[in-house]
Amino acid sequence: MIDLSVSRSRLWAVLVKEFIQMRRDRITFAMMLGVPIMQLLLFGFAINSDPKGLPTAIVDMDGGHYARAVTTAMETSGYFRFTDRPATLAEGEHLIASGEVLFLVTIPADLGARVDRGDEPQILVDADATDPAAASGALGALGTVAQRALTREKGEAAEVEALQKKQLSIVVHRRYNPEGVSQYNIVPGLLGVILQMTMVMMTAMGLTRETERGTMENLLAMPATPVEIMLGKILPFLGVGAVQVVVVLVAAKVLFAVPFVGSLTLLMASVLTFVLSLVLMGYFISTFARTQMQAMQLTFFFFLPSLMLSGFMFPFDGMPGWARTIGECFPLTHFLRIVRAVMLKGADLQAIAWEWSMLAVFIGLYAAIALTRFRQTLD
Amino acid sequence: MSIVSVQGLTKRFGDHTVVDHVSMEIEKGEIVGFLGPNGSGKTTTIRMICGLLTPDGGSGTVLGHDVLTESRSIKRRVGYMTQRFSFYEDLTIAENLDFVARLYELSPRRDTVDRTLENLGLTSRRDQLAGTLSGGWKQRLALAACIMHEPDLLLLDEPTAGVDPKARREFWDEIHLLAADGLTVLVSTHYMDEAERCHRINYISYGKLLARGTVEDVVAGAGLTTFVARDAPADLARRLHGLPAVEQVAPFGATLHVVGADGERLAATLAGVTAETGIRFERGETSLEDVFIQFMARAEDNMAGAGKGASS
Repeated sequence: MIDLSVSRSRLWAVLVKEFIQMRRDRITFAMMLGVPIMQLLLFGFAINSDPKGLPTAIVDMDGGHYARAVTTAMETSGYFRFTDRPATLAEGEHLIASGEVLFLVTIPADLGARVDRGDEPQILVDADATDPAAASGALGALGTVAQRALTREKGEAAEVEALQKKQLSIVVHRRYNPEGVSQYNIVPGLLGVILQMTMVMMTAMGLTRETERGTMENLLAMPATPVEIMLGKILPFLGVGAVQVVVVLVAAKVLFAVPFVGSLTLLMASVLTFVLSLVLMGYFISTFARTQMQAMQLTFFFFLPSLMLSGFMFPFDGMPGWARTIGECFPLTHFLRIVRAVMLKGADLQAIAWEWSMLAVFIGLYAAIALTRFRQTLD
Repeated sequence: MSIVSVQGLTKRFGDHTVVDHVSMEIEKGEIVGFLGPNGSGKTTTIRMICGLLTPDGGSGTVLGHDVLTESRSIKRRVGYMTQRFSFYEDLTIAENLDFVARLYELSPRRDTVDRTLENLGLTSRRDQLAGTLSGGWKQRLALAACIMHEPDLLLLDEPTAGVDPKARREFWDEIHLLAADGLTVLVSTHYMDEAERCHRINYISYGKLLARGTVEDVVAGAGLTTFVARDAPADLARRLHGLPAVEQVAPFGATLHVVGADGERLAATLAGVTAETGIRFERGETSLEDVFIQFMARAEDNMAGAGKGASS
């Protein structure tokens, strides 16, 4: 029989004790307040499932007033933000391959002539469809927006005409993921997310465990240097990371048939760089956390915004400027771009050089902080 | 040459001075006891000596190396046994020893570990997880791991807390054997019998070193007078409290120890009690424990006085 009687004073005793402990554990307390506020801000302001202001490059070979009308209307629609005006198509191709722009709009030289002739004019749009969700809204709006602009530009007479036949045809090339399969986007991204989740937490907890169990005092009293301890702690997790990479890549190929068009060597080199930045991050966290529980909570505090702002769950370009700036501060953001570019777009070293150098910056930064924060003494 | 020679070691945590100008000399082959109440700064002092904490003030050498700048060299030649068991409970006994042997780059490693296991009498249990050992065995394992690299100085921080009397006795026999071979030992403890097994003792309270020397020196230096009443009635202790010159009243079974710093006044007070009750008091030997209780009471008075001074 379970004793169901409740003494108010005893219940109160437990309640009071719980509240005191909750207040004492500052990190847990901060998490309880911080996590909901962070989620509220991120979901409320940063995340947009119908992304606008997407970076677009335009190659205007026509240069006439019809072309201008179409581009102005596209910009006014809010979906497109013209960031580049490459002189040649090849340059435009490079921009989209490196991920600098999501769309490449090509206006053929004969647009104006065709409109005047009443001959079906064409606009060519190359869309980076690695993330189908990011491009779909803009592409959906494009047809109507451009058509209206042309009609307005042509005047009254055209409106009647417009009703009778299709005037403007927009040719859309969905690049890299023509069928818009969302797995193609998500599975490579998962590689980054899984690595981040485990690497950061494992490293953070591994080191905190030494402090929590009191073995750190002993370790420090013996002749081991901070670099030796740090490397010794980190290298095993690099091995674990390698296994995870193989598992995800095999699953991507076998289970989800995600295409792999790029260089495996390049991907592996990137993974190594990424994992290194993650374990250093974990190491960094472990210099703050006193218990494994705190290490886990701090990991989550880092994990949550990076998941939401990295472009894994929601289109990166759809977020407001401040959210994009924060997003740029997470290694995951840069790794996602690399892994998607290499796997789906077949990007070469040059195309991902910037993202890679960002990862290198993180590594340098984290390593420096981790080593300075590491206490060789117990001070 | 002194093994440990430190002057004015000071450590502050925030505003709190945990160790306040502690000086210490330890000669080769000595076993020096380090005594003091909880929180008096024993552990902090030991950690400064072995290079785990950087002193905020003071200077000195440990094994000839500068205590402020050469903690790496000190660590190589010091064995430090922490208060809490700080080897890996999820590694086996042999794996723990192997880990330590590798850290100190001992060679031949395997032989060293095997020999250590044999000396410990743990060869048959080498694959047992360290976490499953009893308190006494954990302590023996920790000691074995600390001396495997044959250090010149052994620092023991309350090594026998929570260990049964037989294991304690064996532990101390081992310490004396090691000292006979030339190892120098600094050991902190709360146990008076352990203090009496040391060549010399240092007494620290609230971060300040209050007494040092042999047990006899410390007892004599305290200048206490002790009287003993045999077959004392139960209410005698209560009656004696607060009488002039009576500073400590402690029952030991049926006998009662009465201690005071002013021997003549104490004798006069007790003569008065004898006249009143007929209970007789004899001169007794002052024990180390009496001395420490006295130290602690004085330190508390000082602290209370200082507190009042600061607030007024």
